[in-house]
Amino acid sequence: MKYYAVKISDKGSIAVDDTILVKGAQTAAGSRILEGFKPLFSAEAVTRLEEKGYTVSGKANVGEFGLDLVGEFSYYGENDGTLKGASAELVAKGEASAALGVDVNGSTRRAAALSKVNFLKPTYGTVSRYGVVSTAASGEQLGVYAKDTAKVKEIMQIISGHDEKDGTSLKKEYEYSDTADVNGKKVCIIKELMEKADDEVKALVNTYAENLRKNGVVVEEVSFDLCDVANTAWQILYSAETCNNVSRYDGVKYGYRAENYKNIDELYVNSRTEGFNFLTKAVILYGSDVLSKNRYDACYGKSLKVRRVVCDKFEELMKQYDAVLTPVASKAEFAPYDISEAFIKVFNEGVFTAIPNLVGTPALVSGGVQLIGWHFAESTLLSLAGSVERMGE
Amino acid sequence: MNYEVVIGLETHVELSTESKIFCSCGGHSAAKEPNDCVCPACSGMPGMLPVMNKRVVELAVTAGLMLNCEISRYTTFDKKNYYYPDLPCAYQITQLNHPICTNGLVSVGKRDIRIKQIHMEEDAGKLVHEGKFSFVDFNRTSVPLIEIVTQPDFRSAEEVVSYLTKLKSMFRSGGISECEEGAMRCDINISVRPEGSEEYGVRTEIKNMSSLEAIEKAIRYESQRHIDAIEFETEELVQETRRFDDVSGKTFAMRNKETEADYRYFPDANIMPIIIDDEWLEQIKSAKPVAIDEKAEAYRNAGISEKEIEMLIGNFKISKLLDDVIALGCNAKDSAAWILTDCAGILRKGGLLLNDLDITPEALSTIIKQVETGKINRAAGRKVLIAVIEDKADPTEFIKKNSLDAKLDENAINAVIEKVIAANEAAVADYKSGKEKALQAIFGSCMRELKGAGDPAVIKSLLEKKLK
Repeated sequence: MKYYAVKISDKGSIAVDDTILVKGAQTAAGSRILEGFKPLFSAEAVTRLEEKGYTVSGKANVGEFGLDLVGEFSYYGENDGTLKGASAELVAKGEASAALGVDVNGSTRRAAALSKVNFLKPTYGTVSRYGVVSTAASGEQLGVYAKDTAKVKEIMQIISGHDEKDGTSLKKEYEYSDTADVNGKKVCIIKELMEKADDEVKALVNTYAENLRKNGVVVEEVSFDLCDVANTAWQILYSAETCNNVSRYDGVKYGYRAENYKNIDELYVNSRTEGFNFLTKAVILYGSDVLSKNRYDACYGKSLKVRRVVCDKFEELMKQYDAVLTPVASKAEFAPYDISEAFIKVFNEGVFTAIPNLVGTPALVSGGVQLIGWHFAESTLLSLAGSVERMGE
Repeated sequence: MNYEVVIGLETHVELSTESKIFCSCGGHSAAKEPNDCVCPACSGMPGMLPVMNKRVVELAVTAGLMLNCEISRYTTFDKKNYYYPDLPCAYQITQLNHPICTNGLVSVGKRDIRIKQIHMEEDAGKLVHEGKFSFVDFNRTSVPLIEIVTQPDFRSAEEVVSYLTKLKSMFRSGGISECEEGAMRCDINISVRPEGSEEYGVRTEIKNMSSLEAIEKAIRYESQRHIDAIEFETEELVQETRRFDDVSGKTFAMRNKETEADYRYFPDANIMPIIIDDEWLEQIKSAKPVAIDEKAEAYRNAGISEKEIEMLIGNFKISKLLDDVIALGCNAKDSAAWILTDCAGILRKGGLLLNDLDITPEALSTIIKQVETGKINRAAGRKVLIAVIEDKADPTEFIKKNSLDAKLDENAINAVIEKVIAANEAAVADYKSGKEKALQAIFGSCMRELKGAGDPAVIKSLLEKKLK
């Protein structure tokens, strides 16, 4: 997997996923359709880091619009046979001290799990989405990759907080911790998700649970039977929103334009046919279908209702527990596969990652597993993961 | 058989806000060149997010209050998807599910027109075609609009025209829209049925009409076309969208409803639902201009002429100046004359229009009060007004500097009168022989000699005394 743009020279520097704008540097979100697009401004999170003296060392490659499993289907990438995300790898190798990524359908979290680094998808509205190449506005969040929880905390402290340029940004201040006392905290493992993972992943989760117990955390298995409907609802919502948000890439204003066209319709169709990959096209078709007049109520409208129900039920669960412990994916490693299978593969893996996107809760990937909390529970998640991390020291 | 024409209107009105609906770009009226008022947000670049302009909500609510609507306390935005080069995001942000105002009512003559809803939305850009090429101008993109949708309550072209005329004066006087050329655009839904029938006929829609004259022509043509089709079976009526051609005076089919695009509306997650609480609503209500009919009545009661009322109602800026001056304690009728006659006259001499008037209510009221209380005479007042309008003079200082308020004692006036009488023997003789008119000429000379100082009534009576 390749990353491009500026050469990484400073080990203390930050890598930025190509789904996030950095002024003057090509930001193509891994897609040919945005080839050559150089933004006029940087994302708010990037600006805040630069103001604090952090250097952005380069743009890290992503799968087109961050829609794939871990970053395998980029127009700019070369698949070397192993499926790993560029940012997660840079952080794992110590070539970047941290990285910023956009979590919309689990790609960043799966990449972090594969490379055994941390990735925090914060509570919706805590980090400005200004400067994110948007796909699904209702659930995407800008998050942080780092080797340890202390670094995640350090970066979050800087990039979080109200931004008037983002209408969904909360008017709130945050104080993060990764060292709060975890003794007596209660964590649950969702049975239905464990059943969907292979033995290697199950073992990973169980070992993690053991480590938590050693730190005084109570870990129990529970049933939460809404995982599948929650995932279907999110796949519908995110596909619809993505279909709408990428419709602006039409070859007229910027980015890629097809060479051959005779009229405006051909300009659109040819530019988009050549500019998007198979997976994005599948998402566009699916999203367009669920929004169509005859299907809206049964698909999109229903998904909005499911979102409400899942939110209520998950809140109930989170009144009893401080966090949920789950697998991040069904497998600990993915073999290369053909893009024609991507839509279904991502859809199925979504069951592990969809709830935080659907209901806006924070999710932290650490040590190859996932901790999910209720809104604004980042410090609890970081402290739980931190307590396990520090056991190895 | 007699037929009844049934018409419903969708009217788009461009709002007079300083910035666009979701970004801080100035409105397109500020633009001099194509793409002058454009930023990454309104040109649809990735990474930009819409941020709601509060003023748009306030103006839409004000419009709703003027049209007796229910104001929604919870209002949301939706995305409407379609591809066109003048639409940079390939979707328009509009309101489908929770519009800002519903269920209004406005009277046009004897007819009550029900307002179904008012919703907020963004305008699209403009395409300019030159030879082989088409150019896109995004200046108008994201300019705020309200769309006012009526029920099918109109029964004639005249009613439509008077409704639109009323909307225009209302929105101008309310500071909601300048309603300039093209800033008010209508889609006209029209059908025809036999008189007394309850069922609606086949409906056609004439899109994008802006001139009142063309609207009237289009409705007349289209309703006649429907009547002919029913009465003489000249053609089969189909539900469709039509375009009015101003040159031929005819309408032409654009596309069939059946094949019309599915706009795939869905909620816009980037714009949080807007909650209009009691406090905000009260604030908007208290700032709401008095309804146009009430305002005209108040002017009428104050003795302002119908012609003047007409000029005032259509002009928010000028009627506000008048209201402010009245609020500062000046007489309404006099003040109206000062503004509409004196100010307008002074501006006209300089080749300007009344709308170019640049005077504070305080300055104007100072002048009017000085005249009202007899401190200076009206001619002097006008002199001050000229100095204020043309040279931005301070009225009080100007009066002092030119001693316009100098109290002239009778001796000083008499001295001038004697001088004038001596110089105008012929006129004096004429007057004494019974020619009343001659007095005016002598009086005029006195006034000139006094350079506008002194109370004209006093001068006149002294002059008459001298000539007896």
